[in-house]
Amino acid sequence: MNYQISHLKELEAESIYVMREVAAQFERPVIMFSGGKDSILLVHLAYKAFYPARVPFPLLHVDTGHNFPETIKYRDDLVEKIGAKLIVGSVEEAIESGLVVEEKGVNASRNMLQIAVLLDALEKGKYDAALGGARRDEEKARAKERFFSHRDEFGQWDPKNQRPELWNQFNGKKKMGEHFRVFPISNWTELDVWQYLAMEKVELPSLYFSHERDVFERDGVLLADCEYIQKKPDEKVFKETVRCRTIGDMTCTGVWKSNASTVEEIIEEVATTRMTERGGRTDDKRSETAMEDRKKEGYF
Amino acid sequence: MSTSQNTELLRFTTAGSVDDGKSTLIGRLLYDSKSIFQDQYDQIKDATERRGEEGVNLALLTDGLKSEREQGITIDVAYRYFSTPKRKFIIADTPGHIQYTRNMVTGASTANVALILIDARHGVVEQTKRHAIIASLLQIPHIVVCINKMDLVDYSQDTYDKIQDDFEKFAAKLDVNDVHFIPISALLGDNVVNRSDKTPWYDGPTLMYYLENVHIASDHNFIDSRFPVQFVIRPNTDEFHDYRGYAGRVAGGIMKKGDNVTLLPTGFTTKIKAIMGADGEQDEAFPPQSVTVLLEEDYDLSRGDMIVRENNQPEVTQDLELMLCWFDQSRPLQLRGKYTIQHTSQSARCIIKEVRYKLDINTLHRDMDDKNINMNDIARVVIRTTKPLFVDSYRKNRVTGSIVLIDEANNNTVAGGMII
Repeated sequence: MNYQISHLKELEAESIYVMREVAAQFERPVIMFSGGKDSILLVHLAYKAFYPARVPFPLLHVDTGHNFPETIKYRDDLVEKIGAKLIVGSVEEAIESGLVVEEKGVNASRNMLQIAVLLDALEKGKYDAALGGARRDEEKARAKERFFSHRDEFGQWDPKNQRPELWNQFNGKKKMGEHFRVFPISNWTELDVWQYLAMEKVELPSLYFSHERDVFERDGVLLADCEYIQKKPDEKVFKETVRCRTIGDMTCTGVWKSNASTVEEIIEEVATTRMTERGGRTDDKRSETAMEDRKKEGYF
Repeated sequence: MSTSQNTELLRFTTAGSVDDGKSTLIGRLLYDSKSIFQDQYDQIKDATERRGEEGVNLALLTDGLKSEREQGITIDVAYRYFSTPKRKFIIADTPGHIQYTRNMVTGASTANVALILIDARHGVVEQTKRHAIIASLLQIPHIVVCINKMDLVDYSQDTYDKIQDDFEKFAAKLDVNDVHFIPISALLGDNVVNRSDKTPWYDGPTLMYYLENVHIASDHNFIDSRFPVQFVIRPNTDEFHDYRGYAGRVAGGIMKKGDNVTLLPTGFTTKIKAIMGADGEQDEAFPPQSVTVLLEEDYDLSRGDMIVRENNQPEVTQDLELMLCWFDQSRPLQLRGKYTIQHTSQSARCIIKEVRYKLDINTLHRDMDDKNINMNDIARVVIRTTKPLFVDSYRKNRVTGSIVLIDEANNNTVAGGMII
C-alpha cells in the first residue's frame, strides 16, 4: 500500500481542515459568495467538510446591481440545492441610502463601493469570520496573505501586523469588534481549481464557457456591452466568441476570446495561456498596487 | 505547467539575502517551468527598465508589497507556486537575515525540503550556518545545498569540494540526515533545470530533477496513530438522527476501520466503526487526510480530545520542555508569564517556568546567562500547562510535537515551540 495522495487531494484536505477550524473557533462565520469559480469551490468544500450536517455558514453576496444575470441565477439555484441561507448586501441600496457615492464617468465601477457595503453587511450580521476564495497565486499582495487574516474594527488589513502561521496552528483570537477574513484555498492555483472542479464534476455558471456576446475593447481588454458601462464615442460594439476567466461586476470583468466550451478545454487553455487571470480585471489596472491598497481598506 | 491531476505536492523553503541570488534562482525556476505569465513578465521588464537596469531582472518577480518597497525590506513569508508534470511546488520564500528568524521558522514549519544557497565565492558563512540550524531545529526532512555563482569561480571543482566539505563538517553537529549538494549558476541556468556542460565533474541531478524526485512519501509519521478531534459533526436530521462524527486531520499513523482505539483524556476504549472521507466511506485514513471518524460506542468526545491506538499512546503531561522561537516585537518573553498555548486542536493556559538557555543560532552556543528572550531569539524553556496535553516529541511527529503561544493581552501569536 502506498500512502500518498495527489496534490489536489492534499489541497482539499488542507481547505477542509481550515473550514472546520473556522466552525470551531468562531461564533458567526459567513462565506463571501461572489458567484465566481473560487467561491463555488469554497461552497463545494464546505459541503464536504460538514457532511452529512448542513454547511454551518450562511452565504453573503455583495450585489453591485451590475452583475451578469447568469451569476444571480446560478447563486439562487446553488443556495436552494444546499439549503443554505443567503444574505445579500446591495450596493444599489447603499447608494440610495447615502452610505456610498456612485462613481461617474466612462471608467465608473462599483468595485470600490463593494468594500463599504461588505463591511456594513458584516457589521450588521455581527459576523466574526468571513470566508473568501482568494488565492495567493492571484496577485502579489495576496502572496503574503494568511489563512486567518486579522482585521481591525475598521476592517483594515495591516500587512506588517499579521500573525505568524506555523504547522497547522491558526490563531483566531480577537477583541470585540474585530473580525477575520479566512482564505481556505490560499494554496490553490487557477489550474488546481479547474482540475479539481473537473475531477469533482462541479456544475459551473455558463459564463465560464465560450459563448457569443456583444463586446467592445478598452485598454486592450474586451468588456461585455451592457447598460452599466458608458462607452466612449470611438468604442465600437462587435460580436465575439468569448468566456470569462474571473467573474465580477460587469463593469470591470474582462472577457476573453476563447473557444473553450468544456472544463477539459478550459484546463488546456489555462495550462498554455500566457496571461494571468487578473490580467483582464480593469480594477487591478488602476495602479501597480491597486490590490494592496484595496486590501488594506477591507477588500476581500 | 502540468495538466495532470495525479501529481504530488512538495513544499520547500528558501532563505537568503539579496546578494546570494535567491530571488534570481526562484525567478529562474518559475521562468524555466513556464510559471510566469506574459503580463507578469512584461511588468518586471518595465520595472527593470525604470530602475535603469539591463535585461529582465527575474529577482523583481519576488518583489512584494508597497509597504516593503518603501522600507526597502521584505517583511514576510511570500508563497509562490509552480508545477511540472511530476509535482506541484509551494515555495515559502523568506528573507535570510538574522532579524527575520521568525519568518524562516514559519516557512520551515511545513516544508519537506530546505533549499540553502551558498555563494561559491564566499563559501560557508554565518548565514549558511543559521539556515542549516533552523532546518535542523524545525526537522525539515531534506536539505539541498545549492552552491551558486559557479560561473564566477570558473566552475571549479576544488572550490565546490571545499565548500561541501566545510558544510558537512558543520552539519555533523546538527540533527540532519538527508543533505544533497548541487553546483549551480542561477543567473545562467547551469544545473537548475538544464544540466550544465561546464561541470563535467558533477554527476548528480539538476536542482529541478532533485525537487521532482526526492522521496517525500515517508515525510509523515505513518506509525503512531494520532487523531486530534477538531470538530464534532451532528446533523440532527431525521435521516442522520444518531450520527455523531469526529472530524479532524490525521496527525500520525494509519487508522483502519475496526481498529481498537483509546480515547484521551478519558482512557475509554472502543473500535472505529467507520471512516468517512471527502469522497464517502474509506477503509483507512493517514496523514494529511481530513476525515470523519465514527466510533462503535459513543463516549461523547469533544474538540481537543484525541483518538489513538490502544497499544501506542502519546505522553499525557502538563510539563513540557521546548525549543521556543520568540516572534513578538512588542514584548519579550516574560518569565513566570501566563500565555494561551495551542497544541493540535487543544487550547489551554500555561506558565513559562524556566528559561534554560538561549541558543546562538549562528554558532549553536548555549548561553546559560542571558535569559532575555526577544524577537527572533531561540531558547530552551520549561512550561507547565493548566491541563494535560497529549504530546509526542517534535522529532517523532511535527504535528503532535509542536505548539504556539498566544499573548492574552493582545492575542498575538508570540512564539512557536518544538517539544523535546
